[in-house]
Amino acid sequence: MIAIYKREMRSYFTSPIGYIFVAIFMAVSAWFFMSNTLQQGEASSPGSYFQLILVLFVAIIPLLTMKLMSEERKLRTEQLILTGPVTLPGIVIAKYLAAYTVFGGSFAVSSVIYYIPLSLYGNPNAVIYFCCAFAVLLAGGAFIAIGVFASALTENQFIAAFSTMAMLVPFIFASTLNSYINNGFIRTVISSLSVTSRYVSFASGVFDWPALVYYVSLSGLFLFLTVRVLERRRWA
Amino acid sequence: MIKVEHLVKKYGDRYAVNDISFEVRKGEIVGFLGPNGAGKSTTLNILTGYLSSTSGKAMVDGLDILEHPMDVKKKIGFLPEQPPLYLDMTVREYLNFIYDLRKCKLNRREHINEIIRVVKLEGTENRMIKNLSKGYRQRTGIAGAIVGNPEVIIFDEPTNGLDPKQIIDIRNLIKELGKDHTVILSTHILSEVKSICDRILIINDGKIVADQLTGNIEGELRGNRRISVRVDGPCERVLAELKKLTGVVYASIGAEYGDGTASFLIESQNDVDIRKPMFYMLAKNNWPILSLEFPGANLEDVFISVVDESEHEQKKGGNK
Repeated sequence: MIAIYKREMRSYFTSPIGYIFVAIFMAVSAWFFMSNTLQQGEASSPGSYFQLILVLFVAIIPLLTMKLMSEERKLRTEQLILTGPVTLPGIVIAKYLAAYTVFGGSFAVSSVIYYIPLSLYGNPNAVIYFCCAFAVLLAGGAFIAIGVFASALTENQFIAAFSTMAMLVPFIFASTLNSYINNGFIRTVISSLSVTSRYVSFASGVFDWPALVYYVSLSGLFLFLTVRVLERRRWA
Repeated sequence: MIKVEHLVKKYGDRYAVNDISFEVRKGEIVGFLGPNGAGKSTTLNILTGYLSSTSGKAMVDGLDILEHPMDVKKKIGFLPEQPPLYLDMTVREYLNFIYDLRKCKLNRREHINEIIRVVKLEGTENRMIKNLSKGYRQRTGIAGAIVGNPEVIIFDEPTNGLDPKQIIDIRNLIKELGKDHTVILSTHILSEVKSICDRILIINDGKIVADQLTGNIEGELRGNRRISVRVDGPCERVLAELKKLTGVVYASIGAEYGDGTASFLIESQNDVDIRKPMFYMLAKNNWPILSLEFPGANLEDVFISVVDESEHEQKKGGNK
């Protein structure tokens, strides 16, 4: 498991993918940060910045996850790791953690750096700021799990990337649909599936336990489904 | 060491492997021979735990692959049909990765250097795998299969796509490995099995149609003995006399040479040696023997006859 994690980490940074991810993320997030907090003078409510970051991740997390499973299948290296003494959940989790390290690492670093000018020139609320950041870390975990799952479904990296986005978009924009729907039941269903409506309470500085459970179980569900997909292929 | 019992693998309605049973003893080199699509790769993939069987058992060292996958997988080194190489790694990185993956306990540096030496990868060990030629990639795959010194090594068509020199190298390497490992290899090249293996399993259409020691297979599987003899004498009369010998079931003129000599092909019953009576008969008639050959049945003939036979039987079975 550690071997697979190490290999994935290495492959992010021996290929351009890792650098591209970090570069796009740093550039775009810095711009979002500048225009949404610094220029607006809204040091105390960074909520809208982190919400934009979530949308950014919908676009760039597929970069990290698209080849995790599909490439192994295409190059047949899958045969090597599946016939090695590693369990299927071990393989899936190792890959998930590798993608999470790159995502979480760059996001955590950027969040800490951006806090510096905020506290220099304004009076930010640290609780709200880091609550939001924590929520993004949780949501990103769920996004990556969905990406790993999509990658296990195909041999083609690009199909994996696009289907990841296709799955993520509804999670992000579900709550905007609600303003068009009158039926209370459907509204409840949609908002409980929505990643952003879960995020709102974090933005007001409340640590929302149900939301934590929601994000973690969403990750767990998709990792479980990934294991099932691999398992099923063995039996097919 | 390896025991397979009534193994069945179905893809939809099609049987890829249909009730295969065999055993491989410790230290044996066994060749899996069969035409393309016979079920060789499927069987090997089940043995290594890559695929699951529809029914039946596969055991390595007494452990069922489905019940103890981790223990079994540690005992097996596997080179699939297409070597599973990470193209963005160097040979040494790749071997180190497998070393970690298989959780080896041996001394890392020594072990990997030893493998690089045995597989003759010296000089390429720090090159990226994507820049290697097919032969070297194949070797890297073989090197990967023997990392951790597994008790059983399984090669799926190891010499596929190599040039003749490389093929000989790889065959020698496999023979060398066979001295202290149990080896199974699949191939559709007959001479390969003949030169490497102790035992041959011929598989066709998902079934084992022959299981023989390599030395025995050529003689035993063929019903009749064949002789080719070149004689100086009148063709038609020699042929007529040859046919009269007891035990001869078939005789024909193979080739006529301009100098009044001709060669004859004679087939006799398996339990009759006609060489002596034939010699006396020809000597009595004053027809000297110029050459005598025992072409025997070669592996190619055996293979084709066995495969034909099994197909024939299946057709008969289907008509019932």
